[in-house]
Amino acid sequence: MLTPVVDVDGAPFWEYAARGELRVQACADCGELRFPPRPCCPHCRSFATEWRRVSGRGRVWSYVLPHPPLLPDYAEQAPYNVVLVELADAPRIRLVGNLVSEPDARLDSVPVERIRIGARVQVVFTSTGLPQWVLERP
Amino acid sequence: MAVLKDATALVGIGQTPFAKQLPETERALACRAILAALDDAGIAPDEVDALASYTMEETDEVEVAKALGLGDLTFFSKVGYGGGGSCATVAHLAAAIATGQATVGVAWRSRKRGSGPRPWKNTTVQLPTPAQWTRPYGLLRPADEIAMLARRHMHEYGTTRDHLFNVALACRNRANQNPAAIMYDRPLTREMYMNSRWISEPLCLFDNCLETDGALACVLVSAERARDCRRAPVYVHSAAQGLPAQHHGMVNYWNDDPLTGPAWTAARHLWKHADLTPDDIDVAQIYDAFTALIPLSLEGYGFCGRGEGGAFTEGGALEIGGRLPLNTSGGGLSEAYVHGFNLITEGVRQLRGTSTAQVPGAASCLVTAGEGVPTSALLLRS
Repeated sequence: MLTPVVDVDGAPFWEYAARGELRVQACADCGELRFPPRPCCPHCRSFATEWRRVSGRGRVWSYVLPHPPLLPDYAEQAPYNVVLVELADAPRIRLVGNLVSEPDARLDSVPVERIRIGARVQVVFTSTGLPQWVLERP
Repeated sequence: MAVLKDATALVGIGQTPFAKQLPETERALACRAILAALDDAGIAPDEVDALASYTMEETDEVEVAKALGLGDLTFFSKVGYGGGGSCATVAHLAAAIATGQATVGVAWRSRKRGSGPRPWKNTTVQLPTPAQWTRPYGLLRPADEIAMLARRHMHEYGTTRDHLFNVALACRNRANQNPAAIMYDRPLTREMYMNSRWISEPLCLFDNCLETDGALACVLVSAERARDCRRAPVYVHSAAQGLPAQHHGMVNYWNDDPLTGPAWTAARHLWKHADLTPDDIDVAQIYDAFTALIPLSLEGYGFCGRGEGGAFTEGGALEIGGRLPLNTSGGGLSEAYVHGFNLITEGVRQLRGTSTAQVPGAASCLVTAGEGVPTSALLLRS
């Protein structure tokens, strides 16, 4: 499986995730949240940043079901889901992830018929520190 | 922009055969396409003083100029963001010629995507942004990235697979009239479409462009010079690039409104500087790496309202005789996928009256580059 190739701006996100915390970059001056992480605030042009903890609740904004040809590790689990989750505390911040039955479960562990746009989801973290999502009402 | 309006004209087009596999190198194919375009224009290679292509073009200006015996170059330009660059190559040449930086410009694209490697075959080599936020989850290919927007468009506006089929069918029907098209002898039916394998649900095999080897080129000169060329001029009436303030490449998910992509930005500029409106457009060549880009583009360029792009395709609107005949050479879906350059050359053929699927009396054509990435567009008129 591919692991995140982290850049300087994204590193704090993954460091918090490894501790089981979902945090989003925010401007330390004007407070605006932004994603993906970047060095400067597009609202007030401040370079001061902080990482704000969010509830980890969200809704499925959209999803796809990839089929092969895919990289071997992914082909083996295909068709699997990839979801785009809109955060409950910050609706314009959307994170790509997978809807799984539990942390570290296969990418196809939630039956396709259970996936729908608008479904409420909750973040979980894999043993490698990757944020994933489970249905609030499984 | 008044400086650019109709100040330059496309006077030559050229291409190689299109195939899944061609024996020659990208460099050789580029040379062949450029020579064919210059011959079409009746202009000698040593008169060329400007070149433009994509940053993803691997045959660079030095190689092309040296191999073909071009003149001294006084302008050269490369446009980023893959398929978003196609129309901008012409726009850059138009700006250079209109402002006196050059006199004869050639734009080209050569590609061996049919027989060469595909980018996602090696996605273990990842760019840090945005791959770290998408690739680990198995959002690996362009089709996966665009399918996410397609699913949301379906959910929000009632766009259906039949609407996407209408797009695929219009392109295939036109390819069936075009002997140069890879899908020339392969008709498409609704049954074939609905029963085809998935690539990334909700996109199936026929929602995806071809993988093609081939090269194309076009020649641009001033409107004044164009009057003395071999062919009737096709004027660059308006040109635009578009990179929306919040845009984020293929994954426009971090825009406040992901379903309004670069087309909306390019369109504003394109129409603002044109004497034409969407109602005046006779034929359109709209970038079709995926069928789902067409409804998004129809909305962005103002042919219909927000959310109406799917419904617009109904009733044969995209066929010859319909409201907006689309991709009349077959487009990326059924003629060849050469990063959208074939849409430019087909626009020229339509306005010359020489298309294999000619729209009677066509006098205006919209050509667009890749939606979903920083894009560009041209309004061409005869």
